[in-house]
Amino acid sequence: MVSTSQSVQRVILYEGNGSQPVEPQERYATMRALLDRGYSVGAVRPGGRLEDQGHRELVVLGRFGGTPPTIDSHDAEVRLHLRDITGLAPGAVVEIVEGLCDDTGAGAADGWKPWFPVIDFDRCTNCMQCLSFCLFDVYGVSGEGKIQVQNQTNCKTDCPACSRVCPEVAILFPKYKAGPINGDAISDDDLRREAMKVDISSLLGGDIYAMLRDRSEKAKSRFSKERDDDRALKERQRCLKKLKDGMGDLEIPAEVLSSLPSADEIQLKARQAAQRAKEALAKNAANNPAN
Amino acid sequence: MSPPQPILYCRCAYAKVVPADVKDGVLERLACSDVAFDSVADLCEMSAKQDPALERFAKQPGLRIAACYPRAVKWLFSAAGHPLPEGQAEVVNMRTLSADQAAACLIEGAPVPQIDAEGSSEKPPTGDGA
Repeated sequence: MVSTSQSVQRVILYEGNGSQPVEPQERYATMRALLDRGYSVGAVRPGGRLEDQGHRELVVLGRFGGTPPTIDSHDAEVRLHLRDITGLAPGAVVEIVEGLCDDTGAGAADGWKPWFPVIDFDRCTNCMQCLSFCLFDVYGVSGEGKIQVQNQTNCKTDCPACSRVCPEVAILFPKYKAGPINGDAISDDDLRREAMKVDISSLLGGDIYAMLRDRSEKAKSRFSKERDDDRALKERQRCLKKLKDGMGDLEIPAEVLSSLPSADEIQLKARQAAQRAKEALAKNAANNPAN
Repeated sequence: MSPPQPILYCRCAYAKVVPADVKDGVLERLACSDVAFDSVADLCEMSAKQDPALERFAKQPGLRIAACYPRAVKWLFSAAGHPLPEGQAEVVNMRTLSADQAAACLIEGAPVPQIDAEGSSEKPPTGDGA
């Protein structure tokens, strides 16, 4: 679920009129402590003034003593929370801000998971392969028939698989360890590697889902003869390990493979996703017959 | 005298992909300088939550953003519905530059290195005492 602007807090370290300057190392330590706790911090230096930040709730920290600062804003609902931090250590400043956030209901990182795909539309050709591939409904289609990330919280941490199958290297995960998935420049070697991966996927049986289905069918055949839950579990784990080994280049974490839905659900999801992709592509083709 | 270039520093608070010594070093140099700057805990989070502050940042001409790879930053802003105007913002990549190099780009206005298609970059001069 996407948070609204009302739930995002912003902190200002204010050294403008009505406040004394902060020592440089204190400024650094305070900003660092707040940032590491998930708060964004603006710095208003001596002579500067408070500006509209686009947030309803503004926490303004300073060494106040003179006329308290005001804000020029078109939004009459902007609320300033002025707090004097004279003599306070960074940890104590963080506590003040956290207390204010509790009071206003505007938290910092409220369990947000720093992992979701970002599409590079300079490269994306709207082929919908990511939509067809992702089992977790992360992707969707906009009203204009364009691929988009619709359910980013569904994305599985550390799984860059959709990026690996994208034929155009157009899907980024900014927190990923290596390029070009992390947004690094794309070399000719990267393009060759990506093309090879798609080919490998095809050789494995058309697509990843086909591979999953094959394994599922083989397992079903065995399980129908031997209805043993423990054995079924072991078999499933063995299949998943083989699958992981077979898809090593996709770097799908074991946790993700273990959390895959049942074979029937996978087939259903695959059909639904393929249908959505097909419909979107058909609609786009109808709207742009020249392409 | 031209107005100072706006600066935005991303802490990348929820991952360890930016070397700690670089992001600490850049923040310390910024905080101990005379320049005004904005800092955010995590641009990825702001993009995911469609933080309204991104619109304000995107509209600042000449913005220099200390963060990660330019391609990632560009599309994070775009994903939030506030694309960076073409040619109006520069990204200082703390994943590849040293703290001195990044601070020199931000504080002294040193040229931001351009990364070519092979991933190599022309490094800017190291900033002394930045």
